[in-house]
Amino acid sequence: MSSVAAGLSTVDRLDRLARQDTAVHRVDPRAKVVATAVFIVCVVSFDRYEVLGLLPFVVFPMVLAAEGGVPFGFLGRLLLLVSPFALLVGAFNPLLDREVLVQVGGVGIAGGWVSYASILLRFLLTAAAALVLTATTSFAGVCLALERFRVPDVLVTQLLLLYRYIFVLGDEALRMARARSLRAVGRRGMGMRVYAQMLGQLLLRTFARAQRLYLAMKCRGFDGRVRIARRLQLRAADVAFAAGWSAAFVLFRFIDVTSLLGGLVTGGGG
Amino acid sequence: MSHHTISVAGLGFAYPDGTRALDGVSFEVGHGEAIAVVGANGAGKSTLLMHLNGLLTPSEGSVDIGGTPVTKGTLDVIRRTVGMVFQDPDDQLFMPTVAEDVGFGPLNLGLPPEDVGRRVDEALARVGAAHLKERPPYHLSGGEKRVVAIATVLAMEPAILVMDEPSSGLDPRARRRVLGLLRSFAHTRIVATHDLDLAAELCERTIVMDRGRVVADGPTGAVFRDDDLLASAGLERPAAFRPCPVCGAGA
Repeated sequence: MSSVAAGLSTVDRLDRLARQDTAVHRVDPRAKVVATAVFIVCVVSFDRYEVLGLLPFVVFPMVLAAEGGVPFGFLGRLLLLVSPFALLVGAFNPLLDREVLVQVGGVGIAGGWVSYASILLRFLLTAAAALVLTATTSFAGVCLALERFRVPDVLVTQLLLLYRYIFVLGDEALRMARARSLRAVGRRGMGMRVYAQMLGQLLLRTFARAQRLYLAMKCRGFDGRVRIARRLQLRAADVAFAAGWSAAFVLFRFIDVTSLLGGLVTGGGG
Repeated sequence: MSHHTISVAGLGFAYPDGTRALDGVSFEVGHGEAIAVVGANGAGKSTLLMHLNGLLTPSEGSVDIGGTPVTKGTLDVIRRTVGMVFQDPDDQLFMPTVAEDVGFGPLNLGLPPEDVGRRVDEALARVGAAHLKERPPYHLSGGEKRVVAIATVLAMEPAILVMDEPSSGLDPRARRRVLGLLRSFAHTRIVATHDLDLAAELCERTIVMDRGRVVADGPTGAVFRDDDLLASAGLERPAAFRPCPVCGAGA
């Protein structure tokens, strides 16, 4: 399977997961978006050498994935797929920051390694939370919540259309790639030059489609704003969901839960 | 005054690159008529359709819908009256679910949510797609996409339906269903198509276009038996108007 096809089937799988009906799926999208936003802010606001303090946050994506029927294997593979970015971002930290920060069993660990671990952990946490949010709310649900939070229409419309046409664009790219490989003899015709031309072709097709799409929208009275009829009802349980998780995150952020638990287990003073 | 009539007079249009797509096109369409617009590729069919609901406004000549001229100022009324079904349903279905897509137009008309819900249900039931309501459009088959695209337009409750190639890319059964559906409508219908058999079954009148001009306008039967006319317009007799290939009957 080509990488385009693999990418499409992943988005498709995410979409199918979002159509399940579990307790997590039934939570109002707004509650989930708020909880996830607080989660992300708390995670990224830690000091750059923080590692242990981040650990309790794992609970959120884990619980939601487990309760929301999102397979851990699938989640893991997706995280792996998007991880190169984070791996590269912090890759130079261990080289630049060599000052020994902690001693573990007599071995000194440089600050660079600690901050690198912190970056990776933060990345995994925030990416996992965003993925679980999408897999339990659907992309459209997230957009709907954003719309209700008064995020500018232009942005919400962009997101909605982007998601809708990823499939169409992906299919088009797939057909072009197939047509090329069928007429490419051996390695000939597979070079960068042809690749660049194909990208240009794809861009032109996208422009043409955008034009037709806009005409179709105008025909049905589009005035710059996509109205979504879906009714949202914020129940007490939804408010409790958002408030409960947010409180937990703030707690994790300001109180060293890891040491506290460790202290309880070992009977020490923490 | 009926909203269901169309009057096109001396319509001309040139694209910015100088190509003349329409040249002195004139015709009248009465209430409830079904009209086929046929012609070779590039004959100007799509450009003509785009004038019928104001996607293009006439620069030469005029287009009247139910007595209202198509101008920049009347676009709202015109688009409420004329519903347009595009050739590629993927261009028309852009919302996350079928129900939301069908509700897009009515919501833009400013209808209250209950009315929108009712219209969505009615339009989907009308095209036999009620079971697709919650599905995302990109997971539908070609035939399903087509009928849902028709429902999105029906939900606007237009008086006139304009369709560009409603049968293209459909398998025979899906084509038959769409054809049956279009026949069942009481709207004034304008269908641009290369599927001349569809034109013959659906429309009592046919307009033939060639290089931006109307070269024939008359009863479908007479037009499709005129071999010289069809050949000059880059068309050929539909199967229904040929002698039987097995027994030769009808020759």
